Amino acid sequence: MSTHSSTDTTTAPVVGGDPSTDQHRPATALEGRPGVPFSRTLQAELRKIVDTRAGLWMVVVMVGLAAVVLAAAVIWGSADDSSFNGLLQLATLPLATVLPILGIMAATAEWSQRTGLVTFALEPRRGRVVLAKAVASMLFAVLVLVVAVAASAFVNVVAGTGEWDLTAAVAGGLFLAMMLYVLQGVAFGLVFLNTPISIVAVLVLPSIWGIATQLIGRLETIGEWVNLDRVMVPLFAGEMGGQEWAQLATGVAAWVLLPLAIGTYRVLNREVK
Amino acid sequence: MITVENLTKRYGGFTAVDDISFQVRPGSVVGFLGPNGAGKSTAMRMMTGLTPATSGRATILGQTYRELHNPGRQVGVMLDASAQHPGRTGREILRVAAVSVGVSKERVEEVLALVGLTGEEAGRRVRNYSLGMRQRLGIAAALLGEPQVLILDEPANGLDPQGIHWMRGLLRRFADGGGTVLLSSHLLHEVQIVADDLVMIGRGRIVAMGSKDELLSRGGTTVRSTDDDRLAGLLDKAGVPVSRTGAGLTVDAEAEVVGRIAAEDRVVLLELRSGGSEGLEEMFLDLTAATSREGDAA
Repeated sequence: MSTHSSTDTTTAPVVGGDPSTDQHRPATALEGRPGVPFSRTLQAELRKIVDTRAGLWMVVVMVGLAAVVLAAAVIWGSADDSSFNGLLQLATLPLATVLPILGIMAATAEWSQRTGLVTFALEPRRGRVVLAKAVASMLFAVLVLVVAVAASAFVNVVAGTGEWDLTAAVAGGLFLAMMLYVLQGVAFGLVFLNTPISIVAVLVLPSIWGIATQLIGRLETIGEWVNLDRVMVPLFAGEMGGQEWAQLATGVAAWVLLPLAIGTYRVLNREVK
Repeated sequence: MITVENLTKRYGGFTAVDDISFQVRPGSVVGFLGPNGAGKSTAMRMMTGLTPATSGRATILGQTYRELHNPGRQVGVMLDASAQHPGRTGREILRVAAVSVGVSKERVEEVLALVGLTGEEAGRRVRNYSLGMRQRLGIAAALLGEPQVLILDEPANGLDPQGIHWMRGLLRRFADGGGTVLLSSHLLHEVQIVADDLVMIGRGRIVAMGSKDELLSRGGTTVRSTDDDRLAGLLDKAGVPVSRTGAGLTVDAEAEVVGRIAAEDRVVLLELRSGGSEGLEEMFLDLTAATSREGDAA
């Protein structure tokens, strides 16, 4: 019998089983910390991003878009822009739009396909699953970025100016921007827990806000601080000063951290059905 | 060992699960029986930490689900066989779960064989699975971590009669090895085959529980004769409560009492037995009629 006091003192009526014949295995819980180690949760989440057609195509589309943009730049672009920096800026341009969708798909999958019934039964600490999804999405973003860098370098050598003009500030800014975009996707996915709604929201809401801040004069100064695309411009250009960092922080707080907090709260407290 | 103590779930003014308590011991296969909407699934989700309980608690092996170390190694859970990504193959679904639970790829092949899914079937996308195949996949996932406890929601749903008997064998062997099984069903004949003990639930409340045999014997005696009208009259005269069913009479007395009355007055009996599935069926309908959806209209 269990040595746990909670089961010994229970008043619940017993159904089934014969108390006289002892069990072949002792009915006691395994020793150890609750849940499973984070490394395994992360590994499972990484696998889930690419083991469906949708996920695999997402990665293919991102790499393909970067390739198409680079090819277009070579064919129609002006030769002066075809430096390493110029090419990389072009290649990462479509990624800014598509990376959030990667994050969204990772965040919403458990709910749109109801696989959460299995995932959250295997790891009841849902916060760790959310963290694993965010980290897994960022790792894929890094992978895509690496491909974009390699492709830009290749084109630069083959058809570009051959100029290696990428500064550390721009490289760091690009990296940070990509991570923020994919995290924004995860955050929006967690808020809506529905893939199409999240995708529309992540594409449309910032645009509406952007237009609103331009049309309504009083909102203009606010727009400088809480318009994600706008506060990211100096990041891509590698021209971050004190005010730019502050504006980036407020923009990220409004468009990434706030939805991330709301979404995580939702997932932690929602009933998994 | 599964222990449920005063478990309650309320949604606003609606009480889905109303103060249920029971304990499932190792070595048993217990059927959680009730009509649709009786609260079976909600109760099972509360046991596995997926739905927060309004009050009361459930423990597995003496711990709440969220306290369990590597739950997949201790409790096999299948709450909805259809809740799988249709684009993944059966084998891939198990491999992802194997990563999380921390078991080998070989174990995945083992459980596939155990539930009777062939290599070809395991390589198919779940979109192309029949409900029966999804159930087998769900059972495979539940067994992956070699748990001591199984919690299965409607596992026999969609299985053919052969499949239901197969499941009985599988779960019986699991229980004989010291395992604890709680499975739900809204079909009496199904749960009668698979489970040995029953917990009946209607509108969130437990209405009966006990061993199947014990519950069966409460069904009275079923009797059929060449002249049921005459037999009913004789029984009535003898002060034995009797009621007509489609296929004979149900008598609230021992079979011997009925047999003696029939013999005295030379009524030819065609059938005489205690309880029987009709008895349990009737009880199930009785017990749930007052609490089921149909009951609202009556």
